[in-house]
Amino acid sequence: MGVVARRRGVDVASKILMGAATVVGVIFLFWILWTTLKFGIAGMHWDLFTKDTPPPGTDSFGLRNAFVGSLTLLAVSLLIGVPIGLMGGTWLAEYAFRSRTANAVRFLNDIMLSAPSIEIGLFVYAIMVAPMGHFSAVSGSVALAVLMIPIIVRTTDEMLTLVTSDMREAAIALGAPTWVVITKVTWKAASAGILTGVLIGLARISGETAPLLFTALSNQFYSTSLLQPIASIPMVIFQFALSPYANWQQMAWAAAFIAVLFVLLLSLVARWLLGRTQELK
Amino acid sequence: MSPDQSQGTRMVKILPPAKAPEGSPSGEAGESAVKIAARDLNFYYGKFHALKNVSVEILQNRVTAFIGPSGCGKSTLLRTFNRMYDLYPGHRAEGEVILDGENILASKNGAQLRAKVGMVFQKPTPFPMSIHENIAFGIRLYERLSRGEMDARVRHVLTKANLWEEVKDKLNQSAIGLSGGQQQRLCIARALAVNPEVLLLDEPCSALDPISTAKIEDLLFELRETCTVVMVTHNMQQAARASDYTAFMLDGTLIEYSGTTKLFTTPSDPRTEAYITGRFG
Repeated sequence: MGVVARRRGVDVASKILMGAATVVGVIFLFWILWTTLKFGIAGMHWDLFTKDTPPPGTDSFGLRNAFVGSLTLLAVSLLIGVPIGLMGGTWLAEYAFRSRTANAVRFLNDIMLSAPSIEIGLFVYAIMVAPMGHFSAVSGSVALAVLMIPIIVRTTDEMLTLVTSDMREAAIALGAPTWVVITKVTWKAASAGILTGVLIGLARISGETAPLLFTALSNQFYSTSLLQPIASIPMVIFQFALSPYANWQQMAWAAAFIAVLFVLLLSLVARWLLGRTQELK
Repeated sequence: MSPDQSQGTRMVKILPPAKAPEGSPSGEAGESAVKIAARDLNFYYGKFHALKNVSVEILQNRVTAFIGPSGCGKSTLLRTFNRMYDLYPGHRAEGEVILDGENILASKNGAQLRAKVGMVFQKPTPFPMSIHENIAFGIRLYERLSRGEMDARVRHVLTKANLWEEVKDKLNQSAIGLSGGQQQRLCIARALAVNPEVLLLDEPCSALDPISTAKIEDLLFELRETCTVVMVTHNMQQAARASDYTAFMLDGTLIEYSGTTKLFTTPSDPRTEAYITGRFG
């Protein structure tokens, strides 16, 4: 066999292998989407959004308390996580650059990125739930924020580093102090990327269950108090899917379906934002 | 400090006609006041000695060009005039740079200096905001203007930078959409908006086409009515066309500094002659 024929053979073989690997990955994605759609759609009911979780073994539906709970948890974790993550990432990119401390912080942040979420739950249990004496929405939000912060730190750092130093110099050359350069110019230049990071972080924590087990727990009733246990979509899925009651199981699928749609929407918005930034460059 | 106050300090100091100080352009010395004077200036990037005992005097309301091969220190010299090197640890200047009688290397406040000494960079650096906001950004650092006053000022500087006619209908559109030449004129307008006394240009036309270059060269000529213009260029024709004085640098030292016509027609140093006739660099 000649060199050309052999190269062509290797080329075709590798194309087929890689193609097959891609297909396997994509198959699972569509399988998941299909299954949640199939089971979820059967459980879709207007009452899901207007009524609270019903007792087991009845014909009623309702997830209102879980939706409100999840949104509350996410909103509070955004309030905690975004400022901290944004400032941390900004410090790394705008003040610390490639210094030793900065690289050490980046390394620790990467460890935090892959920390098991159940450990974060245990940690918050120890520092908040145990001293308070009961589960609470705020401790759940803190746990979720801790999971989100490293994602925001990382993307903020990376997106700000992508902003050319020319632009910084141009702003400084006008006599602008550093904080004005950061808040008015570099944040603005990196805004779409930073926002993408926030959305990715949000998508990540919106499905987290383990940290909530130890912190927010769940609640059969409607509650918006940050100091009380609060229901959430992932916890309801966990609790209801494992139950023997038909209406609960159906609601778990419906909740899973809506959760998948939510994450899909976040990812689409993130993609769109990122595409827009690249057009600007 | 507001630009209006800084206008008051713009005094004309006539050189003693007797003996031209070291580093002043030979031939035409004494014709105009000295705006910037570097004395025994040494510059280090870490251990690299980039400027070696440079002494040079820049005359007020003239266009002075610095030419020389890459790495000769011309940009480094320019960046000591507004202390841009401050941003980077390890960059260090020794000696004196006198601006209006004050040694700017010894003064603490870089931002104040940069209000007086504007800079335009090689690559156009529009901020990621509208054309109007690009100009207003610098103005807002120093002045609070009403909407009407701000609009008038924006129009004034855009007119001065020969850009008004091209952008007057799209002031609220992103500056990123402008052509390279327009972006560079926008950057010049942005620098002019804070009423600098000195304008530094670091190879302002190297990324531009010949027509845009011609427009900017015309502009430089007009700017010397109100500004002292210092330009670094790779392009000898540009220095010959657009400057009153030209300085030739080589390996971190100033080789020759004289009226532009003299330097290009009857250079006194053989190295200058070798460079301008294209034998190296």
